[in-house]
Amino acid sequence: MKENVLASETQTGAPAFGRGRSWAQVMERYGILVVFMLLVAASALLSPVFLRPANILNVLRQISITGVIALGMTFVILTAGIDLSVGSVVALVTVLAASFQRLGLVPVLLLGLAVGSAMGLINGVGIAMGRISPLIMTLAMMYMGRGLAFMYSGGLPIYGIRPAFIQFGNGFTVGIPNSVLYFVVLLILSIAVLRFTAFGRFVLAVGSNEEAARLAGVRVSRVKVQVYVLSGLFSGFAGLVYAGQLGIGVALAGLGYELSAIAAVVIGGTSLFGGQGSVFGTFLGAAIVGVTNNLLNLMGIDPLVQDFMKGLIILAAVLINRRRT
Amino acid sequence: MAILELHGITKRFPGVTALQEISFGIEEGEVHALVGENGAGKSTLVKILAGAVRPDAGTVLYLGHPVAFREPQDAIQQGISTIHQELHLAPHLSAAENIFLGRYPLTRRVTIDWPQLYRDAEAVLGRLGVTLDVRQRVRDLSIAQRQVIEIAKALVHESRVLILDEPSAVLGRHDLRLLFGVLAALKAHGTTIVYISHRLEEVFEIADRVTVLRDGRRVGTRPVQELTVVGLVQMMTGRSLEELWPVRQHQVGEVALEIRGLSRGQVFRDVSLQVRSGEIVGLAGKVGSGRTEVVRAIFGADAVDAGEILVFGRAAAIRSPWAAVRYGIGLVPEDRKIQGLLQNRPLVENISLTNLGRFIGAGFLRLGQEARAVLALVRALNIRAAGLGQLVKYLSGGNQQKAVLAKWLNSDCRILIFDEPTRGIDVGAKVEIYGLIERLAAEGRAILMISSEITEILGMADRIIVMRAGMIAGTLTRREATENRSAFDALLDG
Ligand SMILES: Nc1ncnc2c1ncn2[C@@H]1O[C@H](COP(=O)(O)OP(=O)(O)OP(=O)(O)O)[C@@H](O)[C@H]1O
Ligand SMILES: [Mg+2]
Repeated sequence: MKENVLASETQTGAPAFGRGRSWAQVMERYGILVVFMLLVAASALLSPVFLRPANILNVLRQISITGVIALGMTFVILTAGIDLSVGSVVALVTVLAASFQRLGLVPVLLLGLAVGSAMGLINGVGIAMGRISPLIMTLAMMYMGRGLAFMYSGGLPIYGIRPAFIQFGNGFTVGIPNSVLYFVVLLILSIAVLRFTAFGRFVLAVGSNEEAARLAGVRVSRVKVQVYVLSGLFSGFAGLVYAGQLGIGVALAGLGYELSAIAAVVIGGTSLFGGQGSVFGTFLGAAIVGVTNNLLNLMGIDPLVQDFMKGLIILAAVLINRRRT
Repeated sequence: MAILELHGITKRFPGVTALQEISFGIEEGEVHALVGENGAGKSTLVKILAGAVRPDAGTVLYLGHPVAFREPQDAIQQGISTIHQELHLAPHLSAAENIFLGRYPLTRRVTIDWPQLYRDAEAVLGRLGVTLDVRQRVRDLSIAQRQVIEIAKALVHESRVLILDEPSAVLGRHDLRLLFGVLAALKAHGTTIVYISHRLEEVFEIADRVTVLRDGRRVGTRPVQELTVVGLVQMMTGRSLEELWPVRQHQVGEVALEIRGLSRGQVFRDVSLQVRSGEIVGLAGKVGSGRTEVVRAIFGADAVDAGEILVFGRAAAIRSPWAAVRYGIGLVPEDRKIQGLLQNRPLVENISLTNLGRFIGAGFLRLGQEARAVLALVRALNIRAAGLGQLVKYLSGGNQQKAVLAKWLNSDCRILIFDEPTRGIDVGAKVEIYGLIERLAAEGRAILMISSEITEILGMADRIIVMRAGMIAGTLTRREATENRSAFDALLDG
């Protein structure tokens, strides 16, 4: 009898809830999605402007930079790690991108990606081989990265970003902001990587039980280095886009982005203990924050309320995502 | 008089009914065994009695009164102590602290009286006939020693009812005698004991009565005198079990794995052995004799000080489990919870992890192909789960063990090392696993098998290597060991 159940239930990922699927179980698994849809419905009711394509694109544009960073952060947190250095990667990359404009668009992009990955690589090596705790290692990198950005720029904005670069970061393609396109493409890519590649499985395995993963033949150190490189790479890319949007390079860029990214990941239901969570959840996490801010704007509420609301959302989300034991 | 009475206990989990209207009584002062196949509902029943799980329906009468424990502490306070299947110790605290957790002796009601604590802990262990350094952290203790700490904890609580969920699964022969001695002493004091085990000979040895569960239902409760092993198995599985040991079909070939002079500090010294393709080699020895440490070293899980490993005649540089797998060596580890499984990941991911490359096409995982391959293994091992997507932590203990086996069957390792492969597995499933190991050998794989069950070693192995105190004490063929048990025992005990 039980064998039959088994035969019909061959889906991966989804826990098999039998007939007795209760509201509590639905909430446990899809809670954040439900909250997001309720929020969108409420916004549509409260503001006639909300559902207009221009406004939707605007929301997406606003979450795209931290959203891209949060995608990389998801992989890090899934291994039970953390990356505090992402905002500093953004800062250093905007400064370097602004000052190396003469090299031309593509070389500058490669430079930015290389710098981001290199910082991630140092993080990863320190954590995996040096056995430094992720919090400490990336905290150090956070200060060093921003410090380098200040030293290099002398604390002054660097001007001279060229039109092609501005087009890259701030332009539109078929009516859609480029940054939104990048975000969507990287989102889809990240979902695919986590769900459909061996690397994704290794990330989940390492986060779930490092020792068991190692004894199953997973190269744990390598996986850890890879996730920090990925996080650095995504942050470097975010920094490039951001430089294009700002039109200058400045060492104060990306301040606090690490926390925004972590917030998106956590609201999205990924466990800080690793091994459980999803990329799509992170998207929802970022979107919930974005939609709330947008709604407050549309309703003419003082933007100073935004941070307070974000705090409330985080609190509400952890309560919703709490897994019953 | 019945000290515990169950009336219509029912418990459902998503996708399974773990217990269905279970009613029976446990007499004061008896040893009551609870048996049944993996996933029959034994642990769930125990958790209900222990206050860790609440039934959906039914009542429990304790000393004639209905009780509804809200948390395990309630049950403990009222005199029901439970040693769960998966141990619950604080790994970073010392043995002594774990024994007296929350009940430390104090100096003038303020600070912990450490010398007193250690003396008390030693005294409790003394009652169990065990000596160990009570200052050691629990995580540095062997599984058998941790088990003893759990029993000591129950002793401290002066319990009227002691429930043990598969305590012997982690114990060697020697430790088992010790446990039975302790249980006999407790029984003489009037303690009621509920005992779960898949080793039926133990049930016949210590139990007064047996309750059999099958698929969440109670099949019956009988005094042991009225039962035979065959009859009990019939009750448990609903079928009769003719032959325990598989027909031998494997043929011993070339040397697949050779170890020369492997040493690691004080743990083991100068260990040399060979395993041939198509051969089943048993590694016997007491808990603590270094067997597990040796196989971990072969698998690259721990570093060694000296020695060589040769795979099919070629020197192999194995410095990590990953490298071992590349050389075609797999290890089924002894502790499934910490070493074997990703508890909060689905069954399918756990099983496919050892050999994901198998399911990759054009860089991406073929989920359908993965599910089919895993399902075949799940069926072959008869793993009971609500689905391939079920989180491993919700599987019964024996089914978790099968999942660890399935994981390594998924790999195509030519050398497989099993560290206590049938720990916590029911009789029926054991036979299936023996058959499976035999098939693996018949396919030409080299098998190295650690087991604390002597019968298992004698039943399966072609050759038996005996370890004692970190060294190889001797090697016997199966015939030598069977025909001359005393020589074998002498090797084991030294
Ligand atoms: N928390 C849970 N969530 C979902 N299912 C569960 C949970 N706990 C137990 N089950 C299921 O209930 C059934 C009975 O499990 P239980 O652990 O009681 O079996 P058992 O008789 O102790 O088996 P074993 O001999 O393998 O230890 C199994 O099918 C198991 O998968
Ligand atoms: Mg059990």
